[in-house]
Order: sequence, then structure tokens, then C-alpha cells
Amino acid sequence: MATVTLTIDNIKVEVEQGSTILEAAKKIGINIPTLCYMKDINAIGACRICVVEVQGARALQAACVTPVAEGMVVKTNSAAVRASRKMTLELIQSNHPQECNTCLRNNNCELQSLSEAMGLKEIRFVRPAQSHSKDDIDNSSPSIVRDPRKCILCRRCVAVCEKVQGVKCISAVNRGFETIVAPPFNQGLMDVNCTMCGQCSLVCPTGAITEVDDTDKVWQALDDPNKHVVVQTAPAVRVAIAEEFGMEPGTVSTGKLVAALRRLGFDSVMDTDFTADLTIIEEGNEFIKRVTEGGVLPMITSCSPGWIKYIEMYYPDLLAHLSTCKSPQQMFGALVKTFYAEKKGIDPANIVSVSIMPCTAKKFEAQRDELKDSGYQDVDVVLTTRELARMLREIGIDWENLPEEDYDAPMGLSTGAAVIFGATGGVMEAAVRTVYEVITKEPMPDINLTPVRGMEGIKEATLKVGDLDVKVAVAHTLGNARKLLDKIRAGEADYHFIEIMCCPGGCIGGGGQPIPTNLEVRLKRIGGIYKADEAMPIRKSHENPAIKAIYEEFLGEPLGEKSHKLLHTYYVPRGVYRKPEGLPDKVPSGDHH
Amino acid sequence: MGAECKCHCEQDNKLDALFAQYKGNPNGLIVVMAAIQETHGYLPKDLLIKTAEELGVPLSDVYGVATFYAAFSLRPRGRHTVNLCLGTACYVKGAPEVQAMLEKEMGIKAGNTTEDRRFSLDLVRCLGACGIAPVMTVNGEVYPRMTAEKVAEVLAKYE
Repeated sequence: MATVTLTIDNIKVEVEQGSTILEAAKKIGINIPTLCYMKDINAIGACRICVVEVQGARALQAACVTPVAEGMVVKTNSAAVRASRKMTLELIQSNHPQECNTCLRNNNCELQSLSEAMGLKEIRFVRPAQSHSKDDIDNSSPSIVRDPRKCILCRRCVAVCEKVQGVKCISAVNRGFETIVAPPFNQGLMDVNCTMCGQCSLVCPTGAITEVDDTDKVWQALDDPNKHVVVQTAPAVRVAIAEEFGMEPGTVSTGKLVAALRRLGFDSVMDTDFTADLTIIEEGNEFIKRVTEGGVLPMITSCSPGWIKYIEMYYPDLLAHLSTCKSPQQMFGALVKTFYAEKKGIDPANIVSVSIMPCTAKKFEAQRDELKDSGYQDVDVVLTTRELARMLREIGIDWENLPEEDYDAPMGLSTGAAVIFGATGGVMEAAVRTVYEVITKEPMPDINLTPVRGMEGIKEATLKVGDLDVKVAVAHTLGNARKLLDKIRAGEADYHFIEIMCCPGGCIGGGGQPIPTNLEVRLKRIGGIYKADEAMPIRKSHENPAIKAIYEEFLGEPLGEKSHKLLHTYYVPRGVYRKPEGLPDKVPSGDHH
Repeated sequence: MGAECKCHCEQDNKLDALFAQYKGNPNGLIVVMAAIQETHGYLPKDLLIKTAEELGVPLSDVYGVATFYAAFSLRPRGRHTVNLCLGTACYVKGAPEVQAMLEKEMGIKAGNTTEDRRFSLDLVRCLGACGIAPVMTVNGEVYPRMTAEKVAEVLAKYE
């Protein structure tokens, strides 16, 4: 490998040819400040915060896009560099509302922390009329809010939407001071091809793109003595929430999470992991049925609502490949207002069903028209991990000293197979653990399906299940999903079963997770997920006694009539920019829902 | 229909040929958009959606390009385009008064088109004829040393 040697702040450094000054500096422990830069996703030299002095160059150079050269002499901390960075920050903020104290990103804003780090003492220029006003705020989506007033035009959201998700529903519109990052034709996110995944809200350095804050709805329910407020917690939340209280990413804090929710005043704290186990039973049986009776293959998982909206828009012709299973959130919602209400003798009209999710798209999913099989909206309010943390800070939770508590019955007991739903590959691994044993009637020799774990974009495995070689594939991010779907469309996919998760790393990297969520953090959360799996006394969904009980007491049998009504759903062909012609209104079209 | 044909069939054929030529090729974006602008006088929304679909370019990019270049218009243009120069020389010689009168006579703000699509009014920066400032053009025809008083008389020539 060819290398070059250069000098940065009087230190000699040898790096690979083609590296940038930013990367070379990092190698010797110099962190050049950045704002628009995102490793592997956005290197455009637009914000000018990372400027450095390069000897012989006529102007300051952006370190994130300037390649190193042999003998180059770089200064990252000269007076000119420091003055330029300050000026840039001042100019950005000349057109930025000074309302940090009431911003959702207060204390977790890159513009704020850069201003602090650069020692900014005053903002000398403030435009009397800012480019955008409160009228420009986009509240159309149930998942994501866009506030163009706070946008610094770094394009990180555009880059992640385009390069990671392959969607690009937003782009830079107009020019000069009028520039706005927005969907086309002044439409709201709800009216365009947005999947609601919220990856944009994870990478936004300021409060210009945030989750919709639904905490007030939950406070209101908790304060109402006539309401019975039930909460469910998604697998990925337990390995991330502690970050909001200064703990290491990946810290498994299931018991503390339960205790914290009780302190908020929820009447019943139960677990989405229970319905994750239920999903495995229903989906596993659906898979076996498709294989043995000649149904549509490959079957594709349906837990991830951003993924569901994506396939409904971009591949509506392939909807029959989706498992008809509702997501664990929606199965839980349907059961709370039927099974749970019946068991507790509570009128479902008085139940408020809340879920804590790593996901912004779950807010969209919860208000989909068809997900009302209990006779009510199955899930009333969805909070992201970030919103829950906000509520807990408001009541002064002392995270470190919280005790560990257990979930409430009858939907609180779960297995290791359920918790791994939170990481890419987890649903596949959980399904295999059950499908193998249901088909062969023998214990699986090694239940750890390591080939489908980890951050590789598309993972494949072939397993011998009885006489059948089951070929599976796992993809995370919609960009990777597209590659598999194109293979299916071309008739080149010989897989039996595919897992797709919308977000990088799966739900642990969801759009509602603590900020920052980057590769390093994702890997640590994945580590937490598998640690939690190993710590569970039961690690296969079909061995969960609470699952056996709900079939005996209430559901009957997998894929039975009651299961079909409460736990399965249909999908809606949407098209990208307009409704496609020649497709049914819903798939499966004969569904009685 | 012959010479009386008011539809866009000829233009549509031209566009269809371009769509076919650039199918799945984002590099054709500006060429296709310029052709739509030329044949329709503006960029209708449904044709921009078709452009996105045919070339495989996200609609947000198509719209971004449409709003970036001054050569593209998202609204139907008037039958007559009035360009008023607001370059330095024209400005100091009284172009703002001419602008005010044009806007009053047409009942629109600069950058817009009248309801009856008779006029589109645009402001430009220097037409390179400072010696005859303030300069105005209508459909390319030059009107030198414009004054607010002359506005009504000039506009009356264009139906």
C-alpha cells in the first residue's frame, strides 16, 4: 500500500495515499472540528468548520475533503484557522434562531457544543429577517418534524436519506438565503415518499429535524385517574436508554427500565418482547405453511414499519412476499385491548396503550387505518427512547440508583429469542431456533446463528432443517434491501426466508434512539443485545410458558381464526410519487379485515 | 386539425423521444427539463414526476434543480415576457419607479404572471445597455429610457 508522509502541527505522520487531512490528523490524536462531515456518508466540504492552513495553498482548505500529499505541511490551530472557524460559526448563527433553551436538542446540539468548544463569545451579525419562519415548520408527519429555521444546510439528512436508505425524499430547494432542505413542491413529509425512518433526525446536528414529541399525551393519560395506562418496551430500548443518563452504550438495563416506568406511574409495565415471541410462533408457522403448501417464497419479515412503507411505495408488486404478521408492537396493541382487558376486567375504552420504541416510524404505524382490530386504535401513543428519557429527566430519575424490577404478567415474560429482535439478523435467528425444532422435533445443536449477526449489509446462510436446505438472507438499511428486492424481481433470489430491517444495525440503530447513534455506538448496542440473550433462562420463543398460556387461554392455535384477526394484517400498494395502476387496494386482497 | 392544432402533440413526441433516450439515465436531467421548459413555457408538475420516474432521479432532486436555475419556471408563463433591468445604472436612473408602475398596471409582483397569462414580469441584472438606462424589454424588444409614464402605453401594444 502506497503511503505519504506529511507534517501536521509539527508532527510527522505517515498515512495511506488518498487519506484526507482530517483522517491523517485523527491518527495523531488531533480532532479537527467538523459539522457537515459524516464518515463514509457525507464529505462535501460545505460548512467550512474543518478548515486548516496548508503551506503553499492560497486559501484555507477543508480538511474533510483535502487529500494528503507527500511533504505537505499543515497547521490545524493557527490564528487564521481559529478566526475563520469562529467567523463561520457566527455567520451560520446569524440566520439561526437563538432559542436553545426551549429546543429539543438543548444540551445535545453540535452547533451549540462547537460554539462552546471554539470559545465563541458573541454573534456579531444577526439577520433582521431570518430566511424561514415558524410558518415553514412541517408538522404533517406523525413521526418527524422539520423546522427549517434551525437548519444549517449541512446536507447530512439528505446524504443519509440518499446513500443509506436510497430514498432521498428531501433535497436542497431554491438558492442563496432562500435555500431550504425540503420535500419537493412545498409538500410535507407525510405527502411524499418518506418512510418515516428518522435516520435524518439522528444525523441532524441541530434541532432542524426531530421526532414528534408526544410526551404531553402520555403525561395527560398518566394524570387521568379514569385511564388505565399500559406500556410496552421494545427490545432495542433496553440496551440504549442508559446512554441518556451518561452510561456506556450497550449497557443492558431491562430491570431499571421497568422500575423507571413504574415511577412514571404506568398501571402496567409489560414487554414487546412477549409479542416478539408470539411473532416467531405465528411467523414460523406461516413460513412452514408456505414451504410445505407452496406459498409465495421467499417470505420476508414485516416487523419494521419504515421497511413496510418502503416496499409499499417502491416494490408494491412484491407485497405478497411479506409475512402477514403484524409487528410485535401492533400484536401487543391488539392484545392489550382484548385479551388483557378481558383478563383484568377493564373496559378497553378506558385503556391507554403506550409503547416505547427505538423508532420514529412506529408512530406512523400506530395510526395506520387498518391497525384497529381490537375495535379501538390498538396502540394509542408511541414514544421514542429519546422522549422517554425526557420524561424521566423531568421527574428527576436517578438512573444509577434505580433498582431492577420485573415486568408485569400476563404479557411480560419473554425469551432470548425475543430480545435479539433488536439487532439486525435477530428475527431470522429467533425464527430459525423455533422453525428448526418444530420441523425436526429435535433440539437445535447450536442455537447461535452467528452468520446472520453483525453489521455486514447483506448476510446469507444455509441451514439443514430435516431434509430441507433452508436458504436465508438478512439485510439492514433500505439501500441493502433494494439489492435483495431487485434480485427477487429478476427471479434470481432462491432464498426461502429474508429478514429486512429499515435502519442500520437493526432497531438498535433506529431513528428514535439516543443521539449520537454512529457505527461505534451501534456495535456496542448489538453487543448488549446478545449479552441480554445469553442471560435469559429461556432462549427459544416456543418454550415461553406465557406464550403457551395465551394460546391455551385465548388465541387457540397459531394461524387460527382469532390469531388471524388480531395478529395478522394486510398491506397497501402506494407507489413512490403516485398510486400504481393495475394493483389491488390491499395485499392479500381477499383479507377479511 | 392541421394548422389549427392547439395541443402539444408535436412537443409531446419530442419529449417522449427524450424520455426514451435518457431512460434510467440521470445525466439527461437538465436536457429533459430544458426541453419541457421550451415546449410548455414552464415545468408542469406531472411532467416533473414523469421525469423523475423515467430517468430514475429522485423527485426531490428534480425539484431542487428546477428551483436552482433561473431558466426554469414552475408556473405557466405569460404570453409576453417583460424584463426590467435593475442593474446599477438602470437603478439610479429610475428603474424602481418603472417597476412600481409595471406592478401596479399588471396587478402582480415582479417574478409572477398575470391571472389572464398576458404578462410575466421579471427583474434582471444588467442587459448590457447602460447608456440607454433604464432599459426594459418585452419579448426581447428593447424599450430605452423607460419612465413610469410610458409604461401603460408600451403594455397596450401587447395583447
